[in-house]
Amino acid sequence: MASLVRKSMTRYLPSFVGRCGFSSTSKTTASTVPPTEKDQVCTLIPGDGIGPEISDAVMKIFDAAGAPISWEERNVMATKGPGGKWIIPLDAQESINKNKVGLKGPLGTPIAAGHPSMNLLLRKTFDLYANVRPCVSLEGYQTPYDGVNLVTIRENTEGEYSGIEHEIVDGVVQSIKLITEDASRKVAEFAFDYARKNSRKNVTVVHKANIMRMSDGLFLKCCRETAEKNRDIKFNEMYLDTVCLNIVQDPTQFDVLVMPNLYGDILSDLCAGLIGGLGVTPSGNIGANGTALFESVHGTAPDIAGKDLANPTALLLSAIMMLRHLGMMNYAGRIEQACFDAIKDKKSRTKDLGGDATCSKFTDEVCRRVKDL
Amino acid sequence: MAGVARRFAFLTTQRAFPACSSVLTSQTRLPQTLFAQKMSTAAEVSDKFRVTMIPGDGIGPELMNSVKQIFNAADVPIHFEEFWISEVQDRCSDEKIEEMIASVTRNKVAIKGILTTPTWFDLGELQSVNMQIRKKLDLYANVVRVRSLPGIKTRHGELDIVVIREQTEGEYSALEHESVPGVIESLKIITRAKSERIAKFAFDYAMKHNRQKVTAIHKANIMKLADGMFLDSCRKISKLYPKIKFESMIVDNTCMQLTSHPSQFDVMVMPNLYGNIIDNLAAGLVGGAGVVPGESYSPECVVFESGARHPFAQAVGRNIANPTAILMCSKNMLYHMNLSSHAKLVESSLLKVLREGKVKTTDLKGYATTTEFTNAIINNLGKA
Repeated sequence: MASLVRKSMTRYLPSFVGRCGFSSTSKTTASTVPPTEKDQVCTLIPGDGIGPEISDAVMKIFDAAGAPISWEERNVMATKGPGGKWIIPLDAQESINKNKVGLKGPLGTPIAAGHPSMNLLLRKTFDLYANVRPCVSLEGYQTPYDGVNLVTIRENTEGEYSGIEHEIVDGVVQSIKLITEDASRKVAEFAFDYARKNSRKNVTVVHKANIMRMSDGLFLKCCRETAEKNRDIKFNEMYLDTVCLNIVQDPTQFDVLVMPNLYGDILSDLCAGLIGGLGVTPSGNIGANGTALFESVHGTAPDIAGKDLANPTALLLSAIMMLRHLGMMNYAGRIEQACFDAIKDKKSRTKDLGGDATCSKFTDEVCRRVKDL
Repeated sequence: MAGVARRFAFLTTQRAFPACSSVLTSQTRLPQTLFAQKMSTAAEVSDKFRVTMIPGDGIGPELMNSVKQIFNAADVPIHFEEFWISEVQDRCSDEKIEEMIASVTRNKVAIKGILTTPTWFDLGELQSVNMQIRKKLDLYANVVRVRSLPGIKTRHGELDIVVIREQTEGEYSALEHESVPGVIESLKIITRAKSERIAKFAFDYAMKHNRQKVTAIHKANIMKLADGMFLDSCRKISKLYPKIKFESMIVDNTCMQLTSHPSQFDVMVMPNLYGNIIDNLAAGLVGGAGVVPGESYSPECVVFESGARHPFAQAVGRNIANPTAILMCSKNMLYHMNLSSHAKLVESSLLKVLREGKVKTTDLKGYATTTEFTNAIINNLGKA
C-alpha cells in the first residue's frame, strides 16, 4: 500500500515541480501536451537492504531539482517462469522494455540461494552488454590518489560469468569462460563510441591473451579491428596484471579501459577503491535496442539497512548518468554540482565518508543546494 | 684491486668474530669453500652449491648479471647452471626445457628471470613455457611477500602482506577451443585436491611465520561450483588450524580494499588468475615490480623469481632496471639454502643502500643505472 501511494505521489510531484522550474519555451510546449506525457518515465527498482532509503533520497533530490522524470516503481525478485526457468517478474520486464531507462538500487545475491544472481538475470534479460563506470576523484574527499579520471567499460554478458559450470568427477569442477566475436565487437564499438561522445582521447584494451590465447585473443582481435575503424581515438593494449601494477602507482595515465567480464568486475571495483569506494561510484548498463539500466554497485549493506545511515551518492550519481543518457544535461549538471558541493562541505557527509550526517540530512543538504543553484 | 682487498678484509672480519664463525660452522662446507675459491678454479665448482639459473627475457639477463657480481664480491659459494630459455627469441625446444627441469630437480633450487609470454601461438601450443615449467615441476604455490622497504615512499604506509597463489590449474589450464566460428570456450579447472593442498600450504606458512590471519580470495558468488569448491576447501582446512583466523573475501572487493585500506590483510590465499592480479596490484602499492620478490614452491624444489612478473622489455639494454626484487629473491634463496651469513651480508647492504637513498634507479625516481646500483651494494658489503 505504501509503495502505491509513493508511486502516485512521485508520478505527480516531479511533473508539477518540473514545470515550475521550466524556461518559457518549455512552458509553452508543456501547455500543449498533458503534463504526465511531458515527463520521461523511468523504471525504478529500489532493491534490497538500504535500497529503498537511497531510492527515496534520489527521488527527493530529483523533485527538488525539478527534473522532468516520473518513476515507475517495480520490485524485482527471482521467480520461476514457465518451464522452470528463473526469470525476473513480468511487470518489471514490461516496464523496462517500455521505458527503455531504469534506475536500480542494490540487489542481494546469497551464495547458496539456488538461483542465479539477480544482477546476472537482469543483464541477460535485457541484453545489457556493456557496463560503464566513470571514476572521478571527489574534490575535498581525501584518498591516497588524486586526479583520477577514468572510465571502465566491461563486457557484461559472457566471459567467466557465463554461468556454465559442472563437476566432471567428484572434486573436479570445470567452469567455462565463453567469449564470442559478436559480443566482443559490440563492446569494443561501444567503447570507441563512448570515448568520442564524451570527448575522451584514448581507449586501452585490457586482456590476458598471453595466457588465454584463444579466448582473450579473440577479444583482443575484435578490439584491434574496431580500432582500425576509429582512427581518431588512440588505442593501446595492456595485460591485466600490468594495468593493476600501474594503476595503483599512477592512475592518471589511464582514460577509457575496455575489457571482458571478470577483469571488468575486478578493475572497476579497484578503480572505485581509488576514489573512495563503491559508495561514491556510479554505474550504467547499456543494452540492445537502446535500453539502459543505471545502478549503484555497492552491496545491500543489511547491517545498516533502515537506520538512515546509508550514503545515497552512488545511486544519485548513477541517476545523473541517466539524465545525461536522456540528454538532460542541464539538470544533470545542476544536481551533480549540488552533490559534489555537499560532499566538499564536510558538515553533511555520511558516515562512510568520515562524517556523521544521516542519509536524510545529506539528502536535505543536496536538496537545499540544488534549489539555490 | 680494491675489490680483492675488500674481499679479504671481509674474510678477516668473518674470522675475527667468533659469533660469525659459529654461524658458519653449522655449514661445514662454507669456510673451506671461501678459501678454495681463492686457490683453485678447477676444484671450485665441485665444492660449491649448485643453483639453476634461468635469466629469461627482457631485463632478466641484466639483473642476473647484477646478482652474479654481488655474489662474487660477497664470496657466496654458489655455482649457477645457466639455462637460456626464451619463448620469443626462438631459443626454446622441448629438449632444452627437459634439461632445465632435470637441473632444477637435481639442484632443488633455482633463480629465474621472466619469460615473456607472447599472445600468438604459431605452433599450436596453448600452454606457455612458464606454465609448462610450473606444471612439470609442480610448482603449485607461489608466495609473494609484499612489504614496504626503507627509503621507498608509498601512498599507503607500512605494509606486510603475503600473497599465496595456486599456480598449476584454474584459468591457466590452457584448455580452449572454438565451438563454432566466433565462439570460444576457455575452461577453468578447480580441483578439490589442489585447493586443499594450497590451503594447507597457506595455513602452514601462516603458522611457521607467526601470522594471525588467512584470507581466502574467491568469486564464489558468481562461479558457485568452481570458486565455491576452492572456498569450501579453505574453510575445511582452516578448521585444522584453530589458532589462525580465517576469513574470505570476494576478489573485486579485495582489490578495492587493497587500494583503500591495504593494511587489513595478512596472509591471502587464492586461485591462479586472482593471484596474478593481486600480486601485481599489491606490488604496485609498495613501489612496483622492481622491488617485490617472490618464490614458487613444489613439494621438492623452490624457484625464486620476482613477485610481479614483468619482462620490462622497454628497458632492455638501457641499464636502468631496478635489481632490488631479484636481489631480495637471491637473499631469500641464501636463507633458504642455510647460507644465512651470506644472506645477511647481501640483505644488509641492499637495505643500507635503499635506506640511504643516494643511489636510486629511475623507477624509484632516482638517476642511477643498474650498474651503479649494483656497485653501491658491492661497496657496502660488510659495512652495514
